[in-house]
Amino acid sequence: MSDEEFILEVSALTKRFGGIVAVAGVNIKVKKGEVVSIIGPNGAGKTTVFNMLTGIYDVDEGTIRFKGKEIQNENPLHIVDAGISRTFQNIRLFGDLRVIENVMVGAHTKTDYGFFDSVFRTPKFKKEEDDKVLQAVKLLRSIGLDHRRDDYAANLPYGEQRKLEIARAIATGAELLLLDEPAAGMNPQESADLMNFIRSLKERGYTVLMIEHDMSVVMNVSDRIYVIDHGRPIADGLPEDIANNQVVIDAYLGGVRNDAQC
Amino acid sequence: MKGKNTLLHQYELFVDHNKLILAIILAVIILLFPFVIGSQYLLTVSVKIGSYVILAMGLNILTGYTGLVSLGHAGFVAIGAYTTSLLTVRYNVNFFIALLAGITLAGIVGILLGMPTLRVSGTYLSIITLGFGEIIKMIAMNWNAVTNGTLGIKNIPKPSIGGFSFTVSNYGLYYLMIFFVIVVSCFCLALVRSKTGRALMAIRTDELAATMMGINVTRYKILAFSLSAIFCALGGGLYATLIGYIDPNTFNFDVSTMILSIVILGGMGTLRGMFIGAIILIALPEVSRFLMEYRFVLYGVILVVMMRFRPQGILGWRSTMPFKLSKHVQNELNDTDLIHQTHVGELAYE
Repeated sequence: MSDEEFILEVSALTKRFGGIVAVAGVNIKVKKGEVVSIIGPNGAGKTTVFNMLTGIYDVDEGTIRFKGKEIQNENPLHIVDAGISRTFQNIRLFGDLRVIENVMVGAHTKTDYGFFDSVFRTPKFKKEEDDKVLQAVKLLRSIGLDHRRDDYAANLPYGEQRKLEIARAIATGAELLLLDEPAAGMNPQESADLMNFIRSLKERGYTVLMIEHDMSVVMNVSDRIYVIDHGRPIADGLPEDIANNQVVIDAYLGGVRNDAQC
Repeated sequence: MKGKNTLLHQYELFVDHNKLILAIILAVIILLFPFVIGSQYLLTVSVKIGSYVILAMGLNILTGYTGLVSLGHAGFVAIGAYTTSLLTVRYNVNFFIALLAGITLAGIVGILLGMPTLRVSGTYLSIITLGFGEIIKMIAMNWNAVTNGTLGIKNIPKPSIGGFSFTVSNYGLYYLMIFFVIVVSCFCLALVRSKTGRALMAIRTDELAATMMGINVTRYKILAFSLSAIFCALGGGLYATLIGYIDPNTFNFDVSTMILSIVILGGMGTLRGMFIGAIILIALPEVSRFLMEYRFVLYGVILVVMMRFRPQGILGWRSTMPFKLSKHVQNELNDTDLIHQTHVGELAYE
């Protein structure tokens, strides 16, 4: 495969907090339109990888290439602009804003009018604002959240809050969506819905990189899987390969290692 | 939506349906107020309430919408009041030009103060702004050559245009104040209902999530800081001309807490709350004069009762009305209604 096919290329990514190596030499490659999962036991460094991808943490070593450009250690704002958006492990919606307003905050950088346009309500303001409201409603309809449009985000049930957070990420105009444990805390019905939703994202051309613990979700929607343990990559490949990989099973179940027996 | 049948919803529906009539009634009351009242004293209090509404709206942008608590906004009020008064008294500059100079200066100071301090938040920011307020007071007290020190500035002229002087007795100052209150209210309303307002409220809830939406948090915080400084300076300039005399103690810590109390009592992050907050807290000392020194006990009781039973402020409710769609958007949506529904269709953002 040539390099141009990858929308995201992470190589030898390393992050240290003092003496602790949180992430060591992680490589991830994601093709456009793929759904790729990162799995690993708690504390493996998955979210740290996300935080480096989005510019929240500085990268100590390694490179992150997005659409061919190096973006490691860039300002988070530039990374959003480049087309990466994320959700959070613990939902971080703007709870005292309405559902539609949350989506419109997502479209912030795409809303093209200045401070004075809004104060004087210029035609440009009205057109842009109408555009963004319309797009927000359409987005909410397409993901089945339109009936909640006027509700305050904090009043939504859990599953819908997750969905709204993804909708908000989509509204930034991102091509690559980073989903941090989207199925966390969901009941089986909700995670089944989520699976369909993620598949539909893929159909619409979005690239998804997600961290997930729910194996039924991971195995069903992922094109490929990366496994991290103690900050180190231990395996990667197709879902069926990962499911039968002894190293992975050991990492999750604490399998008996030969070197630990003495 | 929840709460379809609540009293609040009924009230909001009523207001929404009778917008025009209510606006006309309100306008008539406000316009005829001075003629009906006919008392200099009550009119002076009304103008004072007006200036505090402006001050509260200024602080509300920062504290109510952006979530940054300032304890030193008396400093900005002082900058506006001193600049306006000094220019009119010493250099005979027209009041309105002097006022413009005052708010410009306050805006610049707001930016300069905002740049280094907005990297801290919460309590630390409050302490820094507290210090700022005291510094401005000290400058006013000790820079004798310019501010006349503790003696203050006397005989501040009333604003005038082409020979017409806006005083309390010819009702001019009252209408001038109404004009500025309306301008500031409209400005705030326009600001809140735009991407700037949404960005500020996003920052209030979650700075990290706001950053991830591409919002430049530092820039918006500085904007909020500077706007609130500008409005406080505007209120300060008007207040100075109303009372005609200012000294450094006019702008002590009590003023900062008074503005903050109005914002909290009325309802942080609402515009309607600023009016009710200012009316209660400015009129209260006047109507409770008979209580003499027990007034401040009453004050304390009100705030404690508030905190216990209505921490969001008297008028601090969330609207139960649906999000307003413009006519254009509604038409567009009706056209696409048949195609869209809730199934997964093509996405809007592509």
